[in-house]
Amino acid sequence: MTMMTRTLTLTASLATAMTLAAAQAHAEGAMEKCYGVAMAGQNDCAAGPGTTCAGTATMDYQGNAWKLVPAGTCTTITTPHGMGSLEPIKDM
Amino acid sequence: MPEAPFSTAFAAGLLGGAVPPGVTARDPAEAERRFAVYRNNVAHGLTRALASRFPVIERLLGAAFFTALAPLFIAAHPPASPRLFEWGAAFPDFLRTFPPLAGLPYLADVARLEMARGAAYHAADLRPLSPAALAALASTPDTARLVLHPSVQIIASDHAVGTIWAMNQPGAAPHDITDRPETVAVLRDRALNVQVWPLTSPETAFVAALRDALPLLTAAQAATRHDPRFDPAPLIGRLMQAGAFIAEPEEMP
Repeated sequence: MTMMTRTLTLTASLATAMTLAAAQAHAEGAMEKCYGVAMAGQNDCAAGPGTTCAGTATMDYQGNAWKLVPAGTCTTITTPHGMGSLEPIKDM
Repeated sequence: MPEAPFSTAFAAGLLGGAVPPGVTARDPAEAERRFAVYRNNVAHGLTRALASRFPVIERLLGAAFFTALAPLFIAAHPPASPRLFEWGAAFPDFLRTFPPLAGLPYLADVARLEMARGAAYHAADLRPLSPAALAALASTPDTARLVLHPSVQIIASDHAVGTIWAMNQPGAAPHDITDRPETVAVLRDRALNVQVWPLTSPETAFVAALRDALPLLTAAQAATRHDPRFDPAPLIGRLMQAGAFIAEPEEMP
């Protein structure tokens, strides 16, 4: 193979690889961060600026603590304070 | 903020220095013995912190050896930050140059792998590339760049570092190891689990090129120099699934 054909073959296989990976990632049902739904101590991470982090939420449904949930389900989760949020909830 | 002299002397005393001036007890003759309680608590706490950071090293050396070794490391490299997850970067080199361990040349690289796992766990929290964005890049494969998440690290070793690490995980069944050079990728996946992936030499070339921010095509070319039949699809698929690509470097949310 010439240098040129080799590059073209490689370019084509990269295009296929990316298309496949994108389709797979869709199918896998990615997770999303859902704020305001974690019970105290059950959050996955980020209980406030500069903290690190998992399991550190100090109260139930803390607005700035999140949990990973299947993508698309966050805003359908009902808590005593309203629905889950994809962005941190400022005041509760 | 400059530290008050007393707290400086107190901190030095805790790490094996003299009892700080001003420390006293009801019976002043007891001050030394009472202060030693604090010293011992600090030494024990740091030893346990080091063991939780390097569990495979503790397992390979045995708890008794590790407990004897830790104070030597603590004295030479005390934590520089109150955030203990940043502590231990000097441990691999310490192991490498500690004469009694000269017969275990793989230890330092296993320690580097464990350090990388901690770094991956605490790496900045950047949003993974969306499937739609990846699909869009597929139309320009010759110029596309895929940026790796900061949690992704490559640990290359002259020893079977990945196999040794994997075989010393809880529940792993030990078997004979062929000690040969191994390279692993360490990264944090979408579910926040830290993964250790063995990499073949073309895969290593590919990930290393992406790590160096080279275009995707250049990375694939680097991989095909190791194996002309290298197919990038499985690796790109795994990296995408793990959330190892990000849109572009961005600020912490």
